[in-house]
Amino acid sequence: MLTREGLQLRAALLHSIRSFFRSQQFLEVDTPVRQPVVIPESTIDHLPSGEWYLQSSPEQAMKRLLAAGSGNIFQLAPCFRRGERGQRHLEEFLMLEWYRMDADYDALMQDCRDLIITVVAELSGEPSSQKLIADSALLKKNLQQPWQRVTVHDGFLRYCPVSVEEALATGCFDEMLVEYLEPNLGVRNPEFLVDYPLSQASLARKKAGDNALAERFELYCDGVELANGFSELTDSSEQRIRFEEELERSGDDFSMMPERFLKELDKIDRAAGIAFGVDRFLMLLMAAPNIEDVVSMAPSDWF
Amino acid sequence: MFSASDLRKGLKIQIDGEPYIIVDFEFSKPGKGQALYRCKLRNMISGNQFSNTYRSNDKFEKADLEERKMQYLYNQDDEYHFMDTQNYEQLFLTREQLGDNINYLMDNMEVQVLFFGSRPIDVSLPIFVNLGVTKADPWARGDTSGTDTKPVTVETGYQLQVPPFVEEGDKIQIDTRTGEYVTRVKE
Repeated sequence: MLTREGLQLRAALLHSIRSFFRSQQFLEVDTPVRQPVVIPESTIDHLPSGEWYLQSSPEQAMKRLLAAGSGNIFQLAPCFRRGERGQRHLEEFLMLEWYRMDADYDALMQDCRDLIITVVAELSGEPSSQKLIADSALLKKNLQQPWQRVTVHDGFLRYCPVSVEEALATGCFDEMLVEYLEPNLGVRNPEFLVDYPLSQASLARKKAGDNALAERFELYCDGVELANGFSELTDSSEQRIRFEEELERSGDDFSMMPERFLKELDKIDRAAGIAFGVDRFLMLLMAAPNIEDVVSMAPSDWF
Repeated sequence: MFSASDLRKGLKIQIDGEPYIIVDFEFSKPGKGQALYRCKLRNMISGNQFSNTYRSNDKFEKADLEERKMQYLYNQDDEYHFMDTQNYEQLFLTREQLGDNINYLMDNMEVQVLFFGSRPIDVSLPIFVNLGVTKADPWARGDTSGTDTKPVTVETGYQLQVPPFVEEGDKIQIDTRTGEYVTRVKE
């Protein structure tokens, strides 16, 4: 359980995130946590809630708000993923998700940088937060320096024993990523891993000029994955094909197709969206080795 | 059978007919990627270690392990002899198999001997043992030289660091997991 000082820091972080987005004219929304149908993603196991499911991310609801004309929106949303437990994973965690209209993933990378610089400056200026974040690696970096971008292709060449093509062909893309790439990312300053193979980005738009890649990125800081963002795929017929592939991969039946979502998707003209792990951000701020150390109450606090 | 979601530090599984214990465990799941269970495993017989990454659909056999309460009798060279207090059966484990545990073995001490099938492979000791101090330098009262521990030898021959007030003839409690001094005990 968090101490009073820890709770204060967590509250200050949430406050700082909210004021950042408000200052950028984003609207805060709160969408339902339960959904009758989920976005097909073969690598995510949903927790049932009655006949419905707890959200693994607020993506489906928020994109429907976009389609209905909400404009730029953000949300701090509890998310649930069954079976995810580890130093950086909890089955229930807090996600910051935002969507920017008329924008692509470049704009989101800029947002990430602005957000982190603003939050770190605000918290280190507050006496009650200063002490708890004194050991943060973020304070030892020069965040004003450029944040590097490395493409997935170049990252594999630089750090892995095999190329990304070989990794995909032999089905060890994730293993290679975790073992060889991630520990090297974001060491000097936070860093973006960009341009994923299309098969690794089922909701992202194809990269302009290269149909084999998607405009997707991940933000890393000291090997910790902090955020995943992309230029949104807003073409419902292409999205349907990608969903069908995901459903086949996960062995789910096609009644799980989010039809209403697909029907409304085309109404979004152009947008980019991102999911950002709030608990992991706090881990970096507090230099906490385990995600359980930064949530108000962890699973182990119940027993 | 265990599935990947059962994997955790300390779990004992069987691979190719040999028992392994997971000594290090890390769950990873890159964004949009699949769950990976990264384990470091130690062979409980040979002591050899290896690392492997498992996925959600991997299955594991439970190690065929059994613990039996036995009494430590004596050692002869590198052989440490134990007796089953139920049927008086005797067996021995080697110094190599026992590792650091030999530091805490006292005659007649009750321990749990771990069997893989019919083969003894390890012992588990009580977490805390009380041992008498057989050799200690006297404590120079008022010594403010700055060192806050001193070395002592206990009755098994094991040496460790203790606070300066511990004297020869005292009994001290030791944590067998770390080999460290816990407290002085009065008996």
